Amino acid sequence: MIVAEQKPLDEIRDLIADAGKVLVVGCGTCVTVCFAGGEKEAGILATSLRMASKLNGNAQDVTHLTVQRQCEWEYLDPIEEQIRQAEVVVSLGCGVGVQALAEHFPQAWVVPGLNTSFMGLPTEQGVWEERCAACGSCILGLTGGICPIARCAKQLLNGPCGGSQDGVCEVNAETPCAWQLIYDRLKAHDRLDLLMEIQPPKDWSTSRDGGPRRITREDLRLVAEQVE
Amino acid sequence: MSAADQVPLQIVAYCCHYCAYAAADLAGVLRLRYPGEPKIVELPCTGRLDVLEVLHAFEHGADGVMVAGCLEGDCHFQVGNLNARRRVAMVKDLLNQIGLEPERIEMFNMSSAMASQFAAAAEEMTARVRTLGPNPLREESVS
Repeated sequence: MIVAEQKPLDEIRDLIADAGKVLVVGCGTCVTVCFAGGEKEAGILATSLRMASKLNGNAQDVTHLTVQRQCEWEYLDPIEEQIRQAEVVVSLGCGVGVQALAEHFPQAWVVPGLNTSFMGLPTEQGVWEERCAACGSCILGLTGGICPIARCAKQLLNGPCGGSQDGVCEVNAETPCAWQLIYDRLKAHDRLDLLMEIQPPKDWSTSRDGGPRRITREDLRLVAEQVE
Repeated sequence: MSAADQVPLQIVAYCCHYCAYAAADLAGVLRLRYPGEPKIVELPCTGRLDVLEVLHAFEHGADGVMVAGCLEGDCHFQVGNLNARRRVAMVKDLLNQIGLEPERIEMFNMSSAMASQFAAAAEEMTARVRTLGPNPLREESVS
């Protein structure tokens, strides 16, 4: 899932400072299950903004609603009227949700209420860790299902660096060395032979280095069939 | 007594059914005297405490909120009171960001037999809120 956390209230207040009517839009998907931008969090933020603005002597009309998924057009159509009435829209979706709102409603001024952090999973209740960097060229089949791109600070492809000590990364004592984890797992599966294959420098063109990415599936597109 | 001391205060007391609510009942049976400001809301467990509900209480003019749950380790539902303690800490942080005093909310722990402790908690919270003064978010200041 996409993991995010709410911006400090003061930062959000600065973003909506000039508006009299504000709409907070939560998202019912990833940011709901990481407790950053779901229905409950949208309600808490809207209430907090109302209280803070009233205490500041400049009461703002802050309402909230939540859509099932901010990153798909069809879920946004039903809230067009509420969007139209708001001077500023605070999106509690991830960065995709913010941009989807801005793109779908060009007349609306949309600001983010969250900092989108990473793609990861909850390792225990209340703790989320990064697991995927969306590099566009998955090598998990060579590394026992443990990603050195997302979980190694140096994104190394051929074993650990000298900063791996006692199974822990030198960057952060709470971060296990990804390559230690990979070694342990390959050893447990008797697949250490996979480490003998030297990996060439990674082609980063499928990642951010190649610019914004796009996937087109002709078999799924709703285009008129061309008759020859 | 100054005029400010006579302003009626509104304190919402979220009380667990298994301890503080029964302790408040016992305090009445024992004819213990304590301030009348705390208005009790019975919860099945303080683990039911909802951050948004508490914020709404403050938004609509509550001067203070006290949350009273079982003694730590004695929760009828294992850890509901520990969850409530963390939520109270979260609300304190939110109030601070909003611009209200975090002291306006507090967590108390007691058993159902601790009537005098309930009365003492009500006394302490009322005195604290009276020192802080009325919630500035009240629609109208009561004089």
